[in-house]
Amino acid sequence: MTSHEGSGDRWFDREAGPVVRPYALTMGRTRPAGGASFDLIDVVIATSDRMPEHFRPGPEHRRILSLCRRPTPIVDLTSEIDLPLGVVRVLLGDLASEGLVRVMSTQKQPASDQRLLRMVLDGLESL
Amino acid sequence: MDLNHSNGGPSTAKILISGGFGVGKTTLVGAISEIRPLRTEEPMSDRSVGIDDTRGVSAKTTTTVAMDFGRISFPSQLVLYLFGTPGQARFWFMWDELAIGAIGAVVLADTRRVADCFASIDYFEHNGIPFIIAVNCFDGAPRFEPEDIRIALSLGPGVPIVLCDVRQRDSVKQVLVSLVRYVMSDSRRPDQMSIG
Repeated sequence: MTSHEGSGDRWFDREAGPVVRPYALTMGRTRPAGGASFDLIDVVIATSDRMPEHFRPGPEHRRILSLCRRPTPIVDLTSEIDLPLGVVRVLLGDLASEGLVRVMSTQKQPASDQRLLRMVLDGLESL
Repeated sequence: MDLNHSNGGPSTAKILISGGFGVGKTTLVGAISEIRPLRTEEPMSDRSVGIDDTRGVSAKTTTTVAMDFGRISFPSQLVLYLFGTPGQARFWFMWDELAIGAIGAVVLADTRRVADCFASIDYFEHNGIPFIIAVNCFDGAPRFEPEDIRIALSLGPGVPIVLCDVRQRDSVKQVLVSLVRYVMSDSRRPDQMSIG
């Protein structure tokens, strides 16, 4: 996965350390809007819906939207954007409740999903 | 999973890599996958209260965990993630997060310190997550027969025990294959599949 941000930005962040406490980006919220639960390996994709007029996205909302123009697992999104998982979940909840992203849940009982297990087994054996 | 496919997105799956500190979890993940960083900052749970000393910092209600994960992309649009479970007691709250929706777990064991994997085995047994034991064959570590290890770990007859070298990609591949085959097999009862 390639970074969509200039490397200068990331260098500055890492060198300077956090400028604000992580949950300041979410205005103190630690749970996504509407009680949505997003698993680490759920896949998120930006919809083509227009931004609602009342919604004021922050820079992090826009980065997430930009990163998930292609379907992207939340764990990869979180790693790429370099924000804590809990923060990314809250921001995703904002975007989902405005219809700007869709989150596709993965199988919660994968041990009973023979088709998925077969895919994993075939993949591993081909390595 | 079908939903993801119909949208051209990847199917995703995850496997947990567990075991005591220094047993080779990170080496195993690195031998077979691309390693990426993950930051989490989670509200503190009951489990970490009393372990994280918050005297004098009464406003602190989150705890930070920096961890790595492994990522293997397959041509079939499948992405398999390998998550090492954090070893320290204060990070126990992360286990539930990682365990939900996992195919199963590999418990890495070191024959010089078998007791180090008791906590992992207890967790997976309690939560009905299928697991296998992978004995990392360290240079100079005593070699035991798998059945001796089964007795030392008080494991039932069904749980597979495999020997491995976590530095070797092919060996790690065989460990993961063994886990998936075990999960697919009929030897596990359906009531072992839910997480409480």
